[in-house]
Amino acid sequence: MGLKKILDNLKPTFSEGGKLSAFGSLYDAMETFFYVPNETAKKKGAQIHDAIDSKRSIFFVIIALIPVILFGMYNIGYQHSLVAGCEAECGVLCNFLYGLAVMLPKIAVSYIVGLGIEVAVAQWKKEEVHEGFFVTGILIPLIVPVNCPLWILAIATAFAVIFAKEVFGGTGFNIFNPALVTRAFLFFAYPSMMSGDKVWVNQNYMDCINGTIDGISTATPLGQLGAGEAVSYSAMDTIIGTIPGSIGETSVIAILIGAVILVWAGVASWKIILSTFVGGALFAYLLPYGDAEALNFQWWEQLTVGGFCFGAVFMATDPVTSPRTEGGKWIFGFLIGAMAIIIRVLNPGYPEGMMLAILLMNIFAPLFDYCFVQANINKRAKRAAKK
Amino acid sequence: MSLFSKENGEIFKGPLNLNNPIAVQVLGICSALAVTSQLKPAIVMGLSVTVITAFSNVIISLIRKTIPNRIRIIVQLVVVAALVTIVSNILKAYVYDVSVQLSVYVGLIITNCILMGRLEAFAMQNGPWASFLDGIGNGLGYAIILVIVGFFRELLGFGSIFGIQLIPDSWYMENGGLYINNGMMTMPAMALILLACVIWVHRAVNKEEV
Repeated sequence: MGLKKILDNLKPTFSEGGKLSAFGSLYDAMETFFYVPNETAKKKGAQIHDAIDSKRSIFFVIIALIPVILFGMYNIGYQHSLVAGCEAECGVLCNFLYGLAVMLPKIAVSYIVGLGIEVAVAQWKKEEVHEGFFVTGILIPLIVPVNCPLWILAIATAFAVIFAKEVFGGTGFNIFNPALVTRAFLFFAYPSMMSGDKVWVNQNYMDCINGTIDGISTATPLGQLGAGEAVSYSAMDTIIGTIPGSIGETSVIAILIGAVILVWAGVASWKIILSTFVGGALFAYLLPYGDAEALNFQWWEQLTVGGFCFGAVFMATDPVTSPRTEGGKWIFGFLIGAMAIIIRVLNPGYPEGMMLAILLMNIFAPLFDYCFVQANINKRAKRAAKK
Repeated sequence: MSLFSKENGEIFKGPLNLNNPIAVQVLGICSALAVTSQLKPAIVMGLSVTVITAFSNVIISLIRKTIPNRIRIIVQLVVVAALVTIVSNILKAYVYDVSVQLSVYVGLIITNCILMGRLEAFAMQNGPWASFLDGIGNGLGYAIILVIVGFFRELLGFGSIFGIQLIPDSWYMENGGLYINNGMMTMPAMALILLACVIWVHRAVNKEEV
C-alpha cells in the first residue's frame, strides 16, 4: 500500500499548523477519493446508513461514461479521416489515437479550471472540496463540438462553476446541471462555435494528409433537418454513432451501455430515463418533421440523433437537479422528452432542444417534489380524519 | 441651514454609494438591463433619469402642501410624464441615433421605480433644495451602475467603447486570430448577471454598512 503510506506521511504537513495547511482541502479531497475514511459518526448524533458514500457513487458515473468517452475519441478521428480522405490508411487505432490527442487537452482544461475554482472556494470557505465536479469535468468535454477552442471552454467552465454552482452553495445545492450551464453559456455566447456546419470536424491539427484542411462542411442530422434538407445518414449510422456531433453524444450503443451500468449500480433513476424516452417518442410521433420518405427520417430516429440519448441518460438523471419523489421523476422525464422534440421541430432557431429542455425542467424539479409531497400529506391527513 | 451643509451633503452622497438605488435598493432594474448593451445609450439614459428625477423632485416638493393626499400619485405621474415628454423630445432633436436606440425606454422612465420612490419617500416631506440634491444623487447613483454595466457589456460583447474598436481586428477568428466577441454580453440575461456581480462586489466592500 505505497499510496496509503505516502498519504499518511503527508498528513501532518497539510493539517492545521502544518506547512501546507493552505492546501488542506485539496489533500483531504485526494485522501477521501482514494480511500474510504475510517472515521465514522459517534454513537450519538446524525447517522446516515449507506453502503457507499458519494465519492464512490460518482465513480460509477465515470465508469459508465467510459464507453462513451472511448467511442467519442474514435469518432473524432473517424470523422476527420473521412473528410481528409484517408479512412483507408488510418485504421481504428490511428483514428482513436488522433481523437485521444484532440480530446485530452479539453478534458485537462475542464478539470483544471473547474477544480481550481472549487478548491479555491473550498479553501476560502474552509470546507471540504466536494466531489461533484469529477463528473461535471468529464461531461463538459463530451457535450461540446470538437472544434470548440480551449480558451472558450475555460471561460464557459469557470462561468458555470461560479454562477451555476458556487453561488448557490456548491455541490448538492445547484438548481441547474453545471455541465449543461457550461454548454448553454457556450451556445448563447459563442453560437458560431457551437452550431452550424463548420464545428463538427477538427479542422487544423495533425492531418493525415499534409497541410491543413480549410472550411470543411459537415452537417449533423438535426442540422440537415433544421435546414429542411434530407438526412444523409442511415438509421444504422446514427445508432452506432459514426456521424458528426458533439463528442460524446453520437453513439446510441455506447450510451446505452452506460445507462445499463448506471441503473445496475443504482446511481441513476430508470424512471427518469424511461419516461424521457416515452415523452420523446410520443411527441416525435405526433410532431413529424414532414414527409418521412423524402427526408429519409422516420419519427423514431428522433431519439437516436442529437443529444437526446446522452441527455436522457447522463444529464436528466443528475440526482441533484432532478426530483426526489417517484411521481415527480415520471413527470420530469416525460416533459424533458416532450420539450426536446417540441423545441427541435417547432422552433426554427434551435435545431437541437435537449439542453434547453433539461435546463427548463431543472427549474421545475422542486415544484414537482412539492406537489407530490403535499398531495401525500393531504391524503394522509384525510385518512387520519376519517378514523 | 446653509445650502451646502453637512446634512445636504449626506442627502447627495448617500445614493451614490451606501444607499444606491440599484445596488442597495434594487430598483430600476428593468431599464438597467434594457439600455446597457452599449455605453453611449447607457450614459444618455443615466443623464435623462438624473434630470427627470431632480426636476420632478423639485416640482413636487414645491407643491407638496397643496396636493390633496388622495390623488397625489396622479399628480406625481402628471409631473413626471410632462418631464419625460420634454426630455424625449430633446433627445430626438439633438441625439437622434441614441434616441432611436433607446426606443421605448425613454418613455418608460415614467414607470421607473426610482422616480416614484423618491417622490413618495423624499419630495413629499422635504424642501425643494434638499429634494433637488436627492434627485441628482439618486439619478447619478443609477447612472454609475448603468455606466459600469454598459462598459463591460460593450467591451466584451462588441470589443469597442463608445463605438470605437478597442480589440484589434487581427485578433478575431475570421481574420486568423483566436478571439470572438461574447454574444451573451449583448443579451439582457448577461446584464442581470453583471448587475449581480456589481452588487456582489459592492456588498463585499461595504460589509458592515449594507
